[in-house]
Amino acid sequence: MTDSRPVLTMTGISKSFPGVRALHNVNFRLFPGEVHALMGENGAGKSTLIKVLTGVYDTDEGTITLDGEPVSFSGPMQATAAGVSTVYQEVNLCTNLSVAENIFIGREPRLLGAVRWGEVRRRARALLTRLDLDLDVSAPLGSYSLAIQQMVAIARAIDIQARVLILDEPTSSLDAGEVAQLFRIMRQLRDEGIAILFVTHFLDQVYEIADRITVLRNGGLVGEYLTAELPQLGLVEKMIGKELDVLEGLEEHSRRDLGALEEGTPLVAVSNLGRAGAVAPFSLTIHAGEVVGLAGLLGSGRTEVARLFFGADRADGGQVAIDGTSSSLRTPAQAIDQGVGFCSENRRAEGIVPELSVRENIILAMQAARGWLRPIPRRRQDELVDKYVKALNIRPADPEVPVRNLSGGNQQKVLLARWLITEPRLLILDEPTRGIDIGAKTEIQRLVTQLSDGGMAVLFISAELEEVLRLSHKVAVMRDRQMVAQLANDESLDAERIMQTIASGSHREEADR
Amino acid sequence: MTTGSLTAPRRTRIRLPRRQVPVLATLALLLVMYGIGVSQYTAFSNVQVIFNVFIDNGFLLVVAVGMTFVILTGGIDLSVGSVVAMTAMVSADLLQKGLPAALVLVIALLIGPTLGLLMGCAIHFFDIQPFIVTLAGMFFARGMCTFISGSSIPITDGFWTRMSQERIGNSQGNFVSISVLIAFAVVLVAAYVLAYTRLGRNVYAVGGNPQSALLMGLPLGRTRIAVYTISGLCSAIGGILLSFYTLSGAPLIAVGMELDVIAAVVIGGTVLTGGSGYVFGTVLGVLVLGVIQTLITFDGSLNSWWTKIVIGGLLFAFILLQRLIGIRYK
Repeated sequence: MTDSRPVLTMTGISKSFPGVRALHNVNFRLFPGEVHALMGENGAGKSTLIKVLTGVYDTDEGTITLDGEPVSFSGPMQATAAGVSTVYQEVNLCTNLSVAENIFIGREPRLLGAVRWGEVRRRARALLTRLDLDLDVSAPLGSYSLAIQQMVAIARAIDIQARVLILDEPTSSLDAGEVAQLFRIMRQLRDEGIAILFVTHFLDQVYEIADRITVLRNGGLVGEYLTAELPQLGLVEKMIGKELDVLEGLEEHSRRDLGALEEGTPLVAVSNLGRAGAVAPFSLTIHAGEVVGLAGLLGSGRTEVARLFFGADRADGGQVAIDGTSSSLRTPAQAIDQGVGFCSENRRAEGIVPELSVRENIILAMQAARGWLRPIPRRRQDELVDKYVKALNIRPADPEVPVRNLSGGNQQKVLLARWLITEPRLLILDEPTRGIDIGAKTEIQRLVTQLSDGGMAVLFISAELEEVLRLSHKVAVMRDRQMVAQLANDESLDAERIMQTIASGSHREEADR
Repeated sequence: MTTGSLTAPRRTRIRLPRRQVPVLATLALLLVMYGIGVSQYTAFSNVQVIFNVFIDNGFLLVVAVGMTFVILTGGIDLSVGSVVAMTAMVSADLLQKGLPAALVLVIALLIGPTLGLLMGCAIHFFDIQPFIVTLAGMFFARGMCTFISGSSIPITDGFWTRMSQERIGNSQGNFVSISVLIAFAVVLVAAYVLAYTRLGRNVYAVGGNPQSALLMGLPLGRTRIAVYTISGLCSAIGGILLSFYTLSGAPLIAVGMELDVIAAVVIGGTVLTGGSGYVFGTVLGVLVLGVIQTLITFDGSLNSWWTKIVIGGLLFAFILLQRLIGIRYK
């Protein structure tokens, strides 16, 4: 693997934007037939490095060579033509076109200017067979899941005789099974000699697939390591550049006594709440100060549970009791009145208003709760926003910056602040740490612990079991749109047991059958 | 997002035939209307009734084909009616001034695409809403009509009258005009371009997801500019056909035609947000409009405004149908 010559080298790369030094003297190399993970926190320079490589940005300094020849691409198309293809996090294909057309559009085989559709379909089938995918190539791409679409994007990328394949966070919206499928394809391509540059936030995935890791921090190169020689903890330390006391501290903090909390009337108790086609009826109680984790695979119904709690979807049946008295959560407005806050998983589409400033975004929910006819005085706004910008360490600490200019982690904090300001009694967090860097992740986790200490109930949804275990008092496990188990987070509970529950369903469920 | 893996297989099962559902619905509607006509009025079954629908709506069909390109990219072209009128006016004016017919044809056929090209460039390079750019184009072209002449100009040119009066028919006396043949030619060329050329496929890709199209390396700007130019060309051809039909150029002809055209395209199953639709559907859409008019003419007692009322109802029904089918899945 390492005895061959690198297919791609980047040497002494520097790149500055007005006021920001995005990359400083970074070296990077990529060998044929390896999966090379590029790691770093948000803002470490990963994206900039990829954009410099694919010609989206010019370099200020430094050289790039492909097969030993210096190259400088004018844009992604030229890079692709030279054999350097990129697959982005968001699938950049057209869902209205067929699978085959998505693979070949722009370079269809033609005869006298006419597209040879038979040939397009034949080649698409051959290519997909090579990736061990069995798809109907004439079907519209939109009829397949995101994971399949992602793989079609890869098929498109490698068809152009790619020697270097860049995968920019391809796994962030895939579930475990889909990730496994993607990895199978990555391994196969690697074995065929393609060099794969893999960017991800998931450490486990790096250790599962990557042969080598390059770590960036603050636009500088930290180093290049063989995965086998760098323990996971060491990698995290290199990424954030400090010891992990913070995370350790959190670990001690958790696993508090559930018994004490469970006494007294639950803050929210729902029984047989459900919605046909979304989630089977379930019962769940949440006490003040309790963190209830919701674990399960993507698509297992976690978000649907959250939406029922917030009244975003209307339940078909079941009872809701708040503070022991019968109540209902039929609309978000009603839920907000009862003190429920909801940070959506889909922060771009459902949460953040990118054009509005940090201040306006934070004030939004509170203003809505007061009613639009009673504006919050500007001074009060500034006070509140200032407090939360400081408390959550939102950067940049300028409340008048449009939110779209913030990194993912900071956008998430703004969304959190929006709900915290309304002082909810139950806060629903749907994947609050997905796609954000480890520093911001730790801050958000610490905050959840603090809030629950302060008496706030939290419904915490996450695909990362470690995180759920670290924060929750009780873990509810979702599987196939059913809540299959509720497990107290005591000594006996670990990620493996949750995995088993997800995989097999609970004993209770088995008994029911 | 969370539901992706779960809903995807379910979607697959029902979606595959759905792409053709709007076109099939239009076809069914057309057959039903024709059936009603035949059962109510004996003369309706005469083939010439169908031919007349084509003769009366040939220019509308050509313009609708151009509009199909624009709407497939997710755009809109409001200037078509005015460009049709302007083309007819320019032709009539130049012929009156004594220019040879061939030269007039060339000039008339250049004006529309040029205006379309300019509008396309404005839409692409300045990133302005197509609605507003083509609205400006619409006012400009309409203004040019009255600038040329405040009143109608008759056409007496030999070539024009021949094209107007030539009947291509069979021994039973059924016939079509040359305009109909030209319209068919335009339809065939357009269908070929959309299905088999890169330009055509790029039109669908741009309409499906412009951002993705750009990242896939497709020429987003060129495609956008091209569709407005094509629409301009089709409007110009439509204008010529209209002047064959009326043998005059009038400043206030084809007012509001752009809305009929959009209605025909949408009833023909092309989705307003772009990315889905066929030229064949547009032909059916135009036929639906034509048959409604014919039915109302046959009835004789109904006000011609009933055409508008029925089209309004149909348009609404078809938009609703598109929404229900959920052809726009993102």
